[in-house]
Amino acid sequence: MNKTEYMNPYFAGVLLGLVLLATIYITGRGLGASGAVKSAVVASVESTAPGHTADAKFYKEYKTEHPESPLKNWLVFEVIGVVIGAFISGLISNRLKFKLDYSPKSSSKIRIAGALVGGALFGFGAQLGRGCTSGAALSGMAVLSTGGIITMMAIFGGAYMFAYFFRKLWL
Amino acid sequence: MGPLVPDVIGNELNFIVAIFVGIAFGFVLEQAGFSSSKKLVGLFYGYDFTVLRVFFTGGLVAMIGVIILAHYGLLDMSLVYINPTFLWSAIVGGLIMGLGFVVGGFCPGTSVCAAAIGKIDAMIFIVGSFLGVLIFAEGYPVWEPLYKSANWGNVRIFDTMGMSQAAFATLLTVMAMGAFWAVRLVENKVNKITDYNVFNNKKYIWLTGFACLLGIAAFLLPDRKEVLMNEATLVPSSHLQEMEITSDELAFRIIDKERDLFIYDLRSQKDFEKISLPNSTRITLQSLFEKDTQKLLGVSKRMNIFISDNESEACKAAYVAQRLGFKGVSYLKGGFMQFNKDIITYSETQPTDNTVSIDTRRFRADAVKAFVEIIKESKAKSANSGNKASKRVLGGC
Repeated sequence: MNKTEYMNPYFAGVLLGLVLLATIYITGRGLGASGAVKSAVVASVESTAPGHTADAKFYKEYKTEHPESPLKNWLVFEVIGVVIGAFISGLISNRLKFKLDYSPKSSSKIRIAGALVGGALFGFGAQLGRGCTSGAALSGMAVLSTGGIITMMAIFGGAYMFAYFFRKLWL
Repeated sequence: MGPLVPDVIGNELNFIVAIFVGIAFGFVLEQAGFSSSKKLVGLFYGYDFTVLRVFFTGGLVAMIGVIILAHYGLLDMSLVYINPTFLWSAIVGGLIMGLGFVVGGFCPGTSVCAAAIGKIDAMIFIVGSFLGVLIFAEGYPVWEPLYKSANWGNVRIFDTMGMSQAAFATLLTVMAMGAFWAVRLVENKVNKITDYNVFNNKKYIWLTGFACLLGIAAFLLPDRKEVLMNEATLVPSSHLQEMEITSDELAFRIIDKERDLFIYDLRSQKDFEKISLPNSTRITLQSLFEKDTQKLLGVSKRMNIFISDNESEACKAAYVAQRLGFKGVSYLKGGFMQFNKDIITYSETQPTDNTVSIDTRRFRADAVKAFVEIIKESKAKSANSGNKASKRVLGGC
């Protein structure tokens, strides 16, 4: 077997679905990712500017929802697991390598700028939309949440809408 | 009955579960190829639909699994986190994420995955998302009105669309099957593959047929909850006589302070607050299918007694509880009205029919005195104890 081949997508999908199902059955909540970034942001701001977190509304609201330390959060632990799991997968499939992926027609500088701006947009959008592709779209679909499914359609619809303008980055 | 947190698995152990869940999640994403931004954005340019296949399959499997677990009473959906719906922030946030997707080539989950195997662009994407969240946090007062507008609560899509859950699930499954077929055609066209026939594999056709059949079956089969509720209305009360308990027996057991006695009160909240029996909790027929009530019913060797205004509601509840497999179930004959007349407001001058024996009358005369205290105590107790109902899990990103 070719070591760098990817898993059959439908099989991977079934496994993903079972992981999500088990998560919902055990914990009563779905998967997520952007929430961990939020925890990290709150924790960093808290340690660098404690006065600010006591004043600004966003942090105050966060504090009332999560009275414990921002890093003592389910999603933070889950994302630590994701890093381990993906690393193991990369290890056994021989894909561990420091690498900057970009299209041959593009350049490394453009890719770095794109990743940074794209990440910022995604981070911002995930806060506004109360979850990202994992937390809102995938988990929302599993429990048939109206909001989750609307967010899912908006993410993919938006991506198709804007794809044409950024085709030079990828094709 | 799920969710297992926090009863079976404690809140602290849940963090360990989170790590294992994450390992499985990360492993599957990486194996599926989600660590490559080229593969991810392929979806939007038509050359690689892996994301759609994995994502849609995963969502469907989990959705169907959740429906099945809830159907068989193994998962209490009233405790599962349902992402709340805020219409405008969901749409605007989603569109911004879509833009971020085609510009950055990742989404938060996949970027973590890709960074774990050394993709530098993914690490930069994570830094970017950190900045994005920071911008959101700092400018929060500016977007707060949008963030909080059009709050629909924890609504579910089939309710929003006014259809049954099974119908929606079937529709979504059929749509997914169609999408899987269509994207293969698009992919072949974009990648200029001509010799590939979508229908060349009999196995897939069998699988699709089987899945459709399951969907239709689920659509036709009524919910277990509905079945039981219907049965409960149809069962003649003469069949349930063995579950009856008379006012006198109940009063005797209460005065005797039997510890295994537990009363489920189906009357209205108002009546319950006005006067309630010791060791009782107010429930509704619906709540028999929820985890909190089932936990109470499941305590071993407990005598579970249902009471309602007249006996009919209690009778139904007792039937449903028994069919759900709970032991020691009975209901108060004649309902609370009868109990009130026989015990709480019993008066010897009241004309009684001759079927009531001298002994019973003597007992009631004593009981009425005892109950003055009992009711008072019970009221003080219920006023003190707070509401301990299990809450929906707080989830989401």
